[in-house]
Amino acid sequence: MNLRPDPSFYPTARMAMEAPVEKLAFTLMLSPDFSQPDGLAVVNVDPESPDYGKIVHTVFMPNKGDEFHHFGWNACSSALSPLTGHAFLERRYLIIPGIRSSRIYVVDVKEPLQAKIHKIIEPEEVFAKTGYSRPHTIHCGPEGIYVSTLGGGGADGTDGPPGIFIMDCETFDILGRYEMDRGIQDKHYDFWWNLPRDYMVSSEWGLPPQFENGIVAEDLLSNKYGHKIHFWDLRGRRNIQTIDLGENHQMALEIRPAHDPAKQYGFCGVVVDTTNLQGSIFTWWRKDDGTFEAKKTITIDPQPADPADLPELLKGFSAVPPLVTDIDLSLDDKYLYVACWGTGEMHQYDVSDPMKPTLAGKVEIGGIVRKTKHPNGRDFGYGPQMVEISRDGKRVYWTNSLYSTWDDQFYPGDRGAAMVMARVGEGGGLNLDPDFWVEFPKGYRSHQIRLEGGDCSTDSFCFPSV
Amino acid sequence: MEDTSLTALWWAVIASGLYHGLNPGMGWPLAVSAALMERRALALPRALVLLAAGHLAAMLVILLPFSMMAALISLEREIRIGAACLVIAMGLYLLINTRHPRFLARISPAKLGLWSFLVAIAHGAGLMLLPIYLGICAMEQEAGHVAAGALMGTDVRMALIVAGVHTFAMAFAGGLMAVGVYIWLGLRFLQKAWFNLDRVWAASLVIVGLFALALALRSF
Repeated sequence: MNLRPDPSFYPTARMAMEAPVEKLAFTLMLSPDFSQPDGLAVVNVDPESPDYGKIVHTVFMPNKGDEFHHFGWNACSSALSPLTGHAFLERRYLIIPGIRSSRIYVVDVKEPLQAKIHKIIEPEEVFAKTGYSRPHTIHCGPEGIYVSTLGGGGADGTDGPPGIFIMDCETFDILGRYEMDRGIQDKHYDFWWNLPRDYMVSSEWGLPPQFENGIVAEDLLSNKYGHKIHFWDLRGRRNIQTIDLGENHQMALEIRPAHDPAKQYGFCGVVVDTTNLQGSIFTWWRKDDGTFEAKKTITIDPQPADPADLPELLKGFSAVPPLVTDIDLSLDDKYLYVACWGTGEMHQYDVSDPMKPTLAGKVEIGGIVRKTKHPNGRDFGYGPQMVEISRDGKRVYWTNSLYSTWDDQFYPGDRGAAMVMARVGEGGGLNLDPDFWVEFPKGYRSHQIRLEGGDCSTDSFCFPSV
Repeated sequence: MEDTSLTALWWAVIASGLYHGLNPGMGWPLAVSAALMERRALALPRALVLLAAGHLAAMLVILLPFSMMAALISLEREIRIGAACLVIAMGLYLLINTRHPRFLARISPAKLGLWSFLVAIAHGAGLMLLPIYLGICAMEQEAGHVAAGALMGTDVRMALIVAGVHTFAMAFAGGLMAVGVYIWLGLRFLQKAWFNLDRVWAASLVIVGLFALALALRSF
């Protein structure tokens, strides 16, 4: 407990944009064949430092096979609302779930260069207290730390629907399930909210048998992955509306609400449209009567390709789909970054008008067919995937792995971990920094990135940016 | 002597109100937020009124039962000692248990009055006022201002006045902060000037309670 609010908490997103520039990043490393323990890499991102782009500290876990994916902070700017009652929490711990093992690590990064494991919650405890498995997204919410899960109970995670559970924000004890009325929600992926407006939005990937051993082509072609987004009465814990994006819109993944809580809209990325292989972005918004609507506002076309250049899974299509696997919104709600993991592109859309996004910048790197090299001449394996934006909106970082078994299907063979950074131009535009290139330990892949002091997909702001 | 103590007690009613009002944890940032969210300055006083109404209700829920008991004049000392002990116990509890009650986080942000009521109850804001109120009642009686038969009615009226004055001071201080931040200081002030008063708060309950206990024991 602090005597003053943590200096990295900001009442508004706009004020957070003026925060000190990040000097460190935290990146998850996973061992795709489970032969080594997964880990957390502390990366120096300070261009003034001789260690720029180097991993300066690592924390490896005492177990193997966790498969790290997403992670988050124990506390964020949401603490600055009197309604949360926890104004004096420290942003100090990273909550890192193993998506495959269901084990959760709490890592103390108060001294980032001496980061260490603070607590381990064993899978049995997660199962017993929640009936859920495969924990995923972390956000700091009204009653503590909210954790979304991808699986229900049982060995294959299909005994009951997946959902969200709550952890105590001080002791990290698991308190129990979030939902009181889940409506028709039976799959899960990401979630986020508007705290003062008291609503939450959640999305769907697929159930564990649909992803753990690789993508199931039959399920995809018969539209059996998730394609709905759910709206919740946040504090009432009730599903108040479900919007079906259309069953051809397979895998509705990241939910990115506007950071300014006065704005009542947000975005959701859809991996692939099974009718035409497009990737797409939906804009969802809340109407005056409190109900929600969603509309497709961005489509990204597949690119024709020689079947000889395509993996088994895609040969029949003679095209490479963009595969929109991650999206991220800058703190001024101006630019939406869209990772096209299949074609190897990072798109930057100006979403000042959320109903009419325009492409403002683009970086080509990696890709199933194109395999564009980094400006430093190095091969960038896979495609742009987990993307994170600095709070000031000037630097965009990303890594290249999607999920161990899926990486191998779309990009056979081991292509190596990568983390790169692009700089944003004054009026938009995106250019890779030729000097920023992170060398990861052998045999690892890289996943989500968190930036020191916060970034564009962690903090929930309680006051409008005016 | 008597008059100065009485004056001191009334100042305590006002001071505790100012203290509650200044504490962001009692809600003034929500009034700023309301005005900013609705892009309408008038939402600020509206939110303040709701916060104040909740606070007033929390004060009355504590004070009124004691004002009813005042008819039991023979037990007046015991009641004051009991009330003092209650306040000390609450302070000690908050000193030991620094956890914020989870149920408060379940209240919809639209129900500001209810939130304010429950937050004041949960943090013993009404209890802080109780010994001060009982002290005022006792002094009024000792001064012979009140006929025995009219005692209960007077004490109820006194509870309303004490709670009202306290809440007015609370809303005044909170309103000053909210307006100051909304117009001049900006939300940055919230980040800079929010101090962790949890322990100070708990300690002030203990101190008020001890003081009241000493007064009650001395007065016979």
